[in-house]
Amino acid sequence: MTAELELRDVVVSFNGFRATDGVSMSIEQGELRFLIGPNGAGKTTLIDVITGLTPVTEGDVLFRGESLVGVPSHKIVQKGIGRSFQTPTVFQALTVLDNLDLAASFKMSTLKLFRKRRGISAAVADTMEQIGLTDSAHRVAGALSHGQKQWLEIGMLLVQQPRMILLDEPVAGMSPQERAATGELLQRLAGDHTIVVIEHDMAFLRSYAEKVTVLHEGKILLEGTVDQVQGNPLVQEVYLGRARDARSGHVASTESGEAAQAPDAQEVLS
Amino acid sequence: MTTTKNEYPDVSSLVDEKPPGEGVVAEADVTRDGYHPSLSDRLKTGWGRRIILAIAVGVLIAGPDLIGDPTRTRQWAEYLCYATVAVGLDLAWGYGGMLALGQGVFFGLGAYSMGMYLSLEQVEPGQLPQFMSLYGDNDKLPLLWRPFEHLWFAGVAAVVVPALVAGLVGWLVFHRRIRGAYFALLTQATALVFWLLLIGQLKLTAGTNGLTNFSEVFGHNKYDPSTPEFLYYLAAGALLVALVVARHTVNSRYGKLLVATRDGEDRVQFLGYDPAKAKTIAFALAAGMAGLAGALSAPIIGIVAPDQFAVLPSILMIGWVAVGGRATIYGPMIGALLVGVLKTRVSESHPENWQYFQGLLFIVVVGFFPGGLAGIWRKLSGAVSARLPARGGSADEPSRAPQTLATSEVAS
Repeated sequence: MTAELELRDVVVSFNGFRATDGVSMSIEQGELRFLIGPNGAGKTTLIDVITGLTPVTEGDVLFRGESLVGVPSHKIVQKGIGRSFQTPTVFQALTVLDNLDLAASFKMSTLKLFRKRRGISAAVADTMEQIGLTDSAHRVAGALSHGQKQWLEIGMLLVQQPRMILLDEPVAGMSPQERAATGELLQRLAGDHTIVVIEHDMAFLRSYAEKVTVLHEGKILLEGTVDQVQGNPLVQEVYLGRARDARSGHVASTESGEAAQAPDAQEVLS
Repeated sequence: MTTTKNEYPDVSSLVDEKPPGEGVVAEADVTRDGYHPSLSDRLKTGWGRRIILAIAVGVLIAGPDLIGDPTRTRQWAEYLCYATVAVGLDLAWGYGGMLALGQGVFFGLGAYSMGMYLSLEQVEPGQLPQFMSLYGDNDKLPLLWRPFEHLWFAGVAAVVVPALVAGLVGWLVFHRRIRGAYFALLTQATALVFWLLLIGQLKLTAGTNGLTNFSEVFGHNKYDPSTPEFLYYLAAGALLVALVVARHTVNSRYGKLLVATRDGEDRVQFLGYDPAKAKTIAFALAAGMAGLAGALSAPIIGIVAPDQFAVLPSILMIGWVAVGGRATIYGPMIGALLVGVLKTRVSESHPENWQYFQGLLFIVVVGFFPGGLAGIWRKLSGAVSARLPARGGSADEPSRAPQTLATSEVAS
């Protein structure tokens, strides 16, 4: 059986600096996989490589047995891989409805795009309901709160019904309630979708992660369950060990809503 | 998103790709949405819109009678051509964020297409336009000129050739992710190259003198007092077509995609769209409209010469859009008409000073009214509507300032 996603010795080097240094991993269909690691471990780079934003220097990326190397980003999305970014990037000048509708229309031919939207498609209406923005349908996205923008972005992902979803710190800056809702959503989506999440928040990880891959300096340090990862002395040394002192400060720093802007390292340690 | 910036120099700060008024407007719209519809919003919907459209079309049709003077009518026909260019250019610049500084090239391609037809209309079949016998040793019509014996061909080529050229340039340029200031400079360079080409190809283009002496235009005598009116209606028709196409484009899903591409080109890719394709289409549409306007400008202005399509006129076209207001449907049209009228009137009364006046106008608009006339109108209509009773279910809701709205929601 071919894995949903397979990385083979992926090396990405920026002017000699190896952001990822021979990463091989395989993710099965329906998995909910968490990627963790200290700042600069190469987590975001991996997502960038999978989605075609950053070219691989060496190695191969296979999605359902098909290589993604050299495929432009928009075609990778068409194959069924969706992603989010660290900071929510919705289209500020468009309404919530238009943002979702545009996302939902991504398989339309250019000629069809020239037609005006008439009414709201069921998929868009459902998604709007799911992310709780039905009342804000006709507001421009630029006027939403940070959390709402994050939900809108997640909605734009879901409405495309991707096979695989890559999320880069989806709960950064969210309130505890929003975090819980996101976590539950992820668990609900796993199974039908394959999900890869980069997340620094250990509490979130403990609550929702099944399988965790730890990256360190561009290499895979360990792969296993949350308990295995937390109990591993190597991981504690490079990562969790440094976090122990700061753990008490966790609630304060993540709830303040400023985590998105905070430097990576501080989030890791929280 | 920072990773993309490692690969490509980020020049967005050099060229502001977003219309300056946009952010403010968007927030203001939100406040109105459900709370307090502004006058301009009310005019956009239902009967308000129909009445405004009817008045506009009525004024356009009654134009020559209102103007009353054939010379002035001819001048207005010229402004209408400029307005058509501006409407197209706004698709590329206002909605698509592409600062195209070489729109004169496409205007010129249209003008030369029609200019060639008109030159041949002046001579008997089989004869050569006068300049050819002056500069050339050819006794036969050059191959390039031959299809332009037919009006239909000249008309189609005037629109299709600019659109194809823009499509090709756009495709190459946007797929290489050339954008912002680099794109602006590149388009400006095309205007320079085009100008040099026109001057260099003396035997084909009559060089700096250009194509002129069109005493017969589409079967009408140039000196017949009814001819300006005829040309006026042609130009008005072209403008209407451009407006309808632009309106439809902006309101379609593609229009939303274009705005999305302007505001987040990298993000659009991860929605599964090819931003280069989206931009190329808008650039080609803009070029087609410029070509159409150029074709009509040939008989209206009566001369087709390289200096009309050089770097400077191309930059002025951006000025029309800026004065009228970026990313609005009617703003650029009004901007072009206004600058056209002012140019004529100021040049008549103070022939020396038009350039200074024009420079001042652009500085004032860019410096103090970045939203252009449309921005001023929005502000005024917002102020007026604040005094009008609110409509719908919002009667009890006090009008709130956008900032208050935004912060209160973040806090809640």
